[in-house]
This record gives sequence, C-alpha cells and structure tokens, in this order.
Amino acid sequence: MEIKRRDFLKVAAAGGAALAAAAHPALAREPKTRIKDAVGFLYDSTVCTGCKACVSACKQYNEMPASFSTPQDPLWDNPLDTDSKTYNIIKLFKDGTGAAKDREKDGHAYVKRQCMHCVDPSCVSACPVSALTKDPVSGIVSYSKSACIGCRYCQLACPYNIPKFEYEKAFPQIRKCELCSHRLKKGEIPACAEFCPTGATVFGKVEDLLVEAKKRLQYKAGSSQVYPVERLGGKATAERIVTPYVQKVYGEKDGGGTQILYLAGIPFEKLGLPKLEERSDAHRSETIQHTIYKGMIAPVVFLGGLLYVVHKNTKDHK
Amino acid sequence: MSEESKPLGGEVLTKPFKVLAGIFGFAVLLIIYRYFRGIGAVSNLNDGYPWGIWIAYDVVAGTAIACGGYSMALMVYVFNRGKYHALVRPALLASMFGYTLAGASIMVDIGRYWNAYNLFLPGYFNVNSIMFEVAVCVTAYIVVLWIEFSPAFLEGINKYKSGLPKFVQNWNVEGLRTTLNKWLFVFIAIGVLLPTMHQSSLGSLMLIGGWKVHPLWQTGFLPLLFLISAITMGYAIVIFESLFASVGFKRASETPLLGKIAGVMAWLTAIYLAIRFADLVIRGALGLAFQLNLQSFMFWVENALYVAALVFVAPPASRMQSRSLFLGGFFLLLAGTVYRFNAFLVGFNPGNNWSYFPSFAETMITLGIISFEIMAYLYIVKKFPVLPKPEHA
Repeated sequence: MEIKRRDFLKVAAAGGAALAAAAHPALAREPKTRIKDAVGFLYDSTVCTGCKACVSACKQYNEMPASFSTPQDPLWDNPLDTDSKTYNIIKLFKDGTGAAKDREKDGHAYVKRQCMHCVDPSCVSACPVSALTKDPVSGIVSYSKSACIGCRYCQLACPYNIPKFEYEKAFPQIRKCELCSHRLKKGEIPACAEFCPTGATVFGKVEDLLVEAKKRLQYKAGSSQVYPVERLGGKATAERIVTPYVQKVYGEKDGGGTQILYLAGIPFEKLGLPKLEERSDAHRSETIQHTIYKGMIAPVVFLGGLLYVVHKNTKDHK
Repeated sequence: MSEESKPLGGEVLTKPFKVLAGIFGFAVLLIIYRYFRGIGAVSNLNDGYPWGIWIAYDVVAGTAIACGGYSMALMVYVFNRGKYHALVRPALLASMFGYTLAGASIMVDIGRYWNAYNLFLPGYFNVNSIMFEVAVCVTAYIVVLWIEFSPAFLEGINKYKSGLPKFVQNWNVEGLRTTLNKWLFVFIAIGVLLPTMHQSSLGSLMLIGGWKVHPLWQTGFLPLLFLISAITMGYAIVIFESLFASVGFKRASETPLLGKIAGVMAWLTAIYLAIRFADLVIRGALGLAFQLNLQSFMFWVENALYVAALVFVAPPASRMQSRSLFLGGFFLLLAGTVYRFNAFLVGFNPGNNWSYFPSFAETMITLGIISFEIMAYLYIVKKFPVLPKPEHA
C-alpha cells in the first residue's frame, strides 16, 4: 500500500507543483503589442466643452434609443453613464465651486467614456465562446450576438466596466462601442469624432495619435497652437490657446495600453479612469492558466497516473 | 458494493419534503417569470455586479459543497483507503445532484441560454478563457458523476424489476453492470482529474477581475487555494451528511471512520491557512485586514470559521465525538462558502457607486434549487441502495 501511495504521490506532486508554480510563473506568454495600423481616438479633456454632440451623434448613427435617468419625467435622453442604450458619454468632474475649467480645486473638467479598445482586452480573453474579438488589422474589439451565451464574464473582466447587458430584456445582448465599424466600412469616421465641433475627439491611427498627444504635452501653456478637428491629417483644424496638461498620455501603457488615448488638465483618476498596471489583467490570467495547462501535459500526465493507480486499487477492493 | 449499501425505505412524502416542494414550486414560477421578463425582473444583478448569488452560491460554493464524491474518490481509490468505501456512494449522490443543479442554475443565470451549445462547438472555443475551461470541465464531470453513480440505479432496477415498465424489465441489467464495473476505473480516474481542474479554475475566474477584486482575495494563489479548500469542503460534507443522516434517519453513526476523515480535513485546512496567510504577508496585503470596513470584517469572519472548524477537528480526542465532528464539518462548510462569497462578491468592487444585494426573488430561486437537491437526495436514499448498511458502522 505504501509503495503504491508513493507512486501516486510522484504524480500528484507534478500537478501540485504546476499549480503552485502558476502563482509566480516563469514562462510568461508574450505581452501583446500594438497592431501597426490600429485605429482609435485621441480625446483631449482640455479641449472638450461638454457639448455632448458626440453622445447624440453616437446614438443617432448606432440607432440607440434614449436612456432615462429620470424615469418619472422621461422627457429627454439623459443617461448618467454608458449603459445598454448608450455607448458613449461625456461625464463631468466637479470640485467645490467648479469655477475654473481643468482645475482640480474649485474646478471642473469633462471626460469622454466609451470602450477603450484595449491592446490586450480582458473581455476578449474572458469570453468563453469568442463572442468578443479583436480585429487583427484595425484592433477594434467587436461583439457577435450569435456567439454570445450571456454569461457576463466580460463585464466582470473589463477594468473600465464597459460591456453593458440588457437586464430588462427576455432576449438580451451585450452592448458596447465598436468604434462605428459600420461607418468605417463606408469610408466614414466614427460618428463621435465626426460630430465633435472642437477637436476634443480626433480619429486616426493610434501610432499617429500617440505622436500628436506627445507633441501637445510639449506645448507651452498660453501659446497658440493648431489642433486638428475630426481626424488627424484632415482639412479641419482649429487654433486655440493651450491650457496646462498633466504630463501623461493615459492609455499609452495603462492596462497594457488602449487604442483610445487621453490627455487632461487634471489627474486621470479624478476623471474616473482607473490606475492600472502596465501589465494587462488578461496577460496575468492567461499566463497562470497556460502555465498549468501548457500543452495539456500536466492534466494528461495526471490522468495517466490516476488511471494506473485507480485501476490497481479498484482491483484490490474486489 | 451492493453488499455495503441498502435503500432506507420509509415514507417519501414527509412533512419536511412537502415544505421543500413548496419552496421549489415557488422558485419554478419565478424562473418562468425570469424567462419572459429578463434577468433584471427577478434579480438585483447589474452592469457593475454581473454575477450574484446564482454564481457565487449555486455554482461556486455549490459545486465545492458537492465535492464529497471527489474527495472520497481521492481517499479511497487514489490513496487506497478501502475501508471508507461505504461512504463513497452517499457522497457521489450528493455530488451528482450538487453539480447537476449547479449546471441547471447556470441556465437560469446566463442571458442567452439558447446559445449555450456554442461552448461545445470547436469554432467558438476560446482556450484563453478560464470560463471556457470551467464550463467544459463541469459539464463533463456532471456526465461522469451520473456514470459513476449508475451502479446504484442498476441495482435499484434489479431489485424492483416487477414494478417497473416492461421495456425496463427487458434491459440486460446484469450485463450492463458487468461491463460498467469493468470500465468504472476509467470514469473514477477522470472523476478525480476533472474536479482538480475546474475547482482550481473556479478560483482563477477572478484573476482577470484585476483591481476590482480586493487585494485580500486577489492573488495568483487563487487556483491553489480554491482547490485545497474544495477538497476540505468535500470531506466536511461527507462528515456532515453522514451524521445528519444518522440523526435524521435514526441510524447508528460511522463516527470512528468519520473521525479519521476529519483528521485529513484538519491537516489540509492547516496547509490551506498557512498558504493563505503566507501569501498575504508576502504580498504585503495583510495590513488591509485591519481596516474598519466590510471587507476586513468578512475576511476575519471567513478565517475565524476556518479556525473554529480546526478547534473541533484538530485535537484527536474530539474527533472521536460525533458532536465535534458535526460542528467541525459545519464550520468548515461555512468557512469555504464565506471564502467564495468574499472572493466573488464582498471583495468585488467595480467602483462608480454600484452596489448589489440579492433580491427576494433571486434568493428564492437559489433556495428552490437547494430544496430540489435535498428532495431528490431524500427520495433516492429511500428508494435506492446508497447509504451504508447499519451493521457496517
């Protein structure tokens, strides 16, 4: 009996070691890097005037119904956050009197929230049926309702709480921004960027947007500069007096990077953008899982050991 | 095997059974309502808290509580402790129902249930998804459990042959039993592999929750902690059920055998706690346990329950008393359940003022599923050879 037990312990030790090693894995999967031609937005909070033209355009071109945060008085579309009827929203930070724009104390600032189209998206990693996928060319994270089983693991996984679910419906779907893929196909740009009158949201290739963002961080506050409107490299531009920036491009590296980049005059946490490590959660989760299940070797060896031991032991019992 | 177990017999429609049936019936009505009016109509689930008690209890805690079959198989077939054989069958029965109903309650929870078969279509597989691994593994294990338990059904059919429909009488039950017994070891082996995989992965599910999971629970050791904890819960439920059955059905108890199982449970719990706290110290997260908030309070409740279980089952002398064993098993089940609730709900905070507390209807659906489980267990132990014969005690 003791010998058999020792035999098994060897096998069990292999499985146990795999699990324990997984906590601090040495064999990490390569972190995902930016796709060369990926597209996205640069949103500059200091440029945004909070007009919400983007919110309205998003609803119109994605055929979304109004969302009421005042159900007793449902007169106009007034969502408080992104929801299953709202892919894009402008939110307000306000402190004290709120007098000055882009000031942390007694000031206010705007922030646009929508799907970040992450470089290494948690939702794509989490979805058991590949209903959420990242396009290999544009990097857009899109959703397929024919695949989705409605488990809502994407909602749990997303560090930005972006995927929204139709809890009120008998046949619900997940809803989120897909960067107006339907418009891009027709050669148009996403509605929120096209209808942004100030250039707070500009569409472009992420690598160019990153260059533009870093250029703006070099601008001297008070100087007059030319800002692109709607899209990078397009005809429309606007001149404006630069206001001070926080010296960081949010989304460059946060959570492994995103295709929506942010500039702001106040700290990003105040605008509700979470502080994330440079390593994506998807990378951490997949590394641990793949360390345990690499090539299914550990489970197969474990099963082999089990078959041998159980076969031997059931014979003994007869 | 058949020599060890025998049907209890006796009245099925007892008073407790009728109460359970009432709760279950009410839950069925609520479930029907949910399919017409959506998940939001019966639950408090929301975009910030997409998972509530249907996942945290019915699936995550529920399958851990249903680990009796797994834990006993480890002991009897892997570590070759044949003397515990008589306890395998009741444990398997509870596992079979626990897992089957966890699977059934997933169909209440998932929003697009008509697409559920996509989980098994290779074109949709996402091998990076922990949820994929859990879903496939749990489904496979449910099938394995029914096969592992089927000898009891076949024995039952043999016994009541005259009362059964003609086509069942014509089955070659003996032939089927022989073939099954010959190959049963394969299913027993798979039946140990699968829970090892998915009980650890149930913990891994929260890894991708990242910052939304409180550092007292967010750790790379989630898979290992969930696995050890599930095995201890498996032993705890075997002890708890066995003693409950001996009191409830007025049978002699198997205290000496249960005492030895409790010893294994105590050791594993000690190992679990050592890993749990070492991890917190190494990550520098233990300080968070001393803040005045719900999370730190629930952290201490969770671990106090583990310690309470140890108080009853760690001293060898108290393991010889059914009362200590019962309380030890009970506290351990509670501890493991609270750990799971903490990792999935109490320690989960999506920010942005979202909150979650289960609604009445949501709770009733969970209670209805538990009621059905107990009803089915009571029916089967009375009609089929599951519980050990008293003289074996």
